[in-house]
Amino acid sequence: MTDAFRNRIDLTFTVNGEQVEATVPAGRHLIDVLRLDLGLTGSHAGCEHGVCGACTVLVDGAPVRGCLTLAAQVQAAEVWTVEGLTDTGAVADLQAAFVARNALQCGYCTPGMLVAAKALVERETVPSRAEIREHMSGNYCRCTGYEAIVDAIETAARARAGEATE
Amino acid sequence: MKASVGGYARARDLAHAFDLLAAANGMGRVIAGGQSLVAALNLGLTAGDLLVDITGITDLRGVRVEGDHLLIGALTRHVDIGSDPLVAEHAPLLARAVPLIAHDAIRNRGTIGGSLAHADPAAEFPACILALGATLIVEGPAGRREVPAADFFVDVFETALDEGDILTGIAVPCIAADERHGIEEATRRAGDYAIVGLAGVRRAAGHRIVAFGAGPRPMLCGAAMAALDAGDLDAACAAIGGELDPPSDTQGSAAYRRHLAGVLLGRLAAQLGDPS
Ligand SMILES: Cc1cc2nc3c(=O)[nH]c(=O)nc-3n(C[C@H](O)[C@H](O)[C@H](O)COP(=O)(O)OP(=O)(O)OC[C@H]3O[C@@H](n4cnc5c(N)ncnc54)[C@H](O)[C@@H]3O)c2cc1C
Ligand code: FES
Ligand code: FES
Repeated sequence: MTDAFRNRIDLTFTVNGEQVEATVPAGRHLIDVLRLDLGLTGSHAGCEHGVCGACTVLVDGAPVRGCLTLAAQVQAAEVWTVEGLTDTGAVADLQAAFVARNALQCGYCTPGMLVAAKALVERETVPSRAEIREHMSGNYCRCTGYEAIVDAIETAARARAGEATE
Repeated sequence: MKASVGGYARARDLAHAFDLLAAANGMGRVIAGGQSLVAALNLGLTAGDLLVDITGITDLRGVRVEGDHLLIGALTRHVDIGSDPLVAEHAPLLARAVPLIAHDAIRNRGTIGGSLAHADPAAEFPACILALGATLIVEGPAGRREVPAADFFVDVFETALDEGDILTGIAVPCIAADERHGIEEATRRAGDYAIVGLAGVRRAAGHRIVAFGAGPRPMLCGAAMAALDAGDLDAACAAIGGELDPPSDTQGSAAYRRHLAGVLLGRLAAQLGDPS
């Protein structure tokens, strides 16, 4: 071990708009800093190897895997989780559509689903159902069978584009 | 499982990164997007590494044209390869590969350099780089060298990178007016690594067809290429299976992969504008 390498890393970044200062072990994942150190338990840790999507959060505006991102790598970044996105109302329409369409049961996958879906409904064009499925293919749900999730995202995307839904 | 890491340091520039790797005494490990490395750490496949984070070396990120080549920085993320207008114009094969790689959230952090250095035999970029006949730019304590794609991929997860080397960029020959690119793969679920896949380039000089997920590294399919050059698609589709060395695993048997390669070659030829 040389001086240049550190076991514990000093970090300054923002979470849900608020500045956070923390000292974290070098191998600590962003998802664990959020859940265990900051008490933001909305995002979940499922598989911890990038497959299930339960840990998906926004880093500098883009969805990323909280379990494949070392906290050390988010120095100076802007992180948003489902808690902050709920408070600002940024995903309020998606949340309402998920409830209306029964797109969640146990809810374990839902925070990651909302973060992933947010990126999709913010695009300029309304996605087709096939595009929604493709975009959401990195988020697993063990309860709903996906159909209702696609329905909910389609509803929210169309509403944002000012289109009526049946 | 949680990652076990020996230490972490952020490299300010390439020289600093080489110093850090040298100081790590064999335990140094470059981290770029972390999308393969952190997964490996989480699985306990590697432990105690001294991580050298190169993502702050901004010179290694981005795309530019130099002469008749497209220069792609190693830290350029998958998402940016997919949306960059220069890539779309000069190396459309790479842009078309992006939607086939993993998922949005992984493409937002994963880098092309990381994908090539990781050298998963089923990954898309290594196959594309070989099909394009690109050159990899490697820098190390001993200086800079250029490695042709054909010499870079050695075995499963093994490349021509030596201890302390950093892949800094990739030089891709710009597409010619009459050149065509295509990529086809079979997966069970969107975003999975390919069960088997083919990347293809058709140039005036002939075809370059590379199979992935079909051997220990991306493989040039010489017999299929010769048959396509001769205008005989049926012969090419019949030949390609025999040229591969595919694994048998839970995704499929070797025989199934050989069969799939022939089916995919028919589809690829249509993308390349070959007569059927
Ligand atoms: C669930 C999941 C699905 C995936 N599916 C696919 C897929 O279908 N197709 C596919 O191609 N990939 C897939 N990937 C892998 C993804 O593309 C990775 O982003 C990529 O392979 C590694 O890039 P990275 O920048 O994240 O590298 P890292 O994880 O940071 O590094 C990977 C390795 O390369 C080394 N390295 C990185 N950069 C350099 C450099 N510049 N010089 C020298 N060494 C370097 C590191 O030391 C490490 O050994 C998947 C990943 C996950 C988690
Ligand atoms: S916990 Fe991160 S993808 Fe499953
Ligand atoms: S609602 Fe239970 S996992 Fe999706």
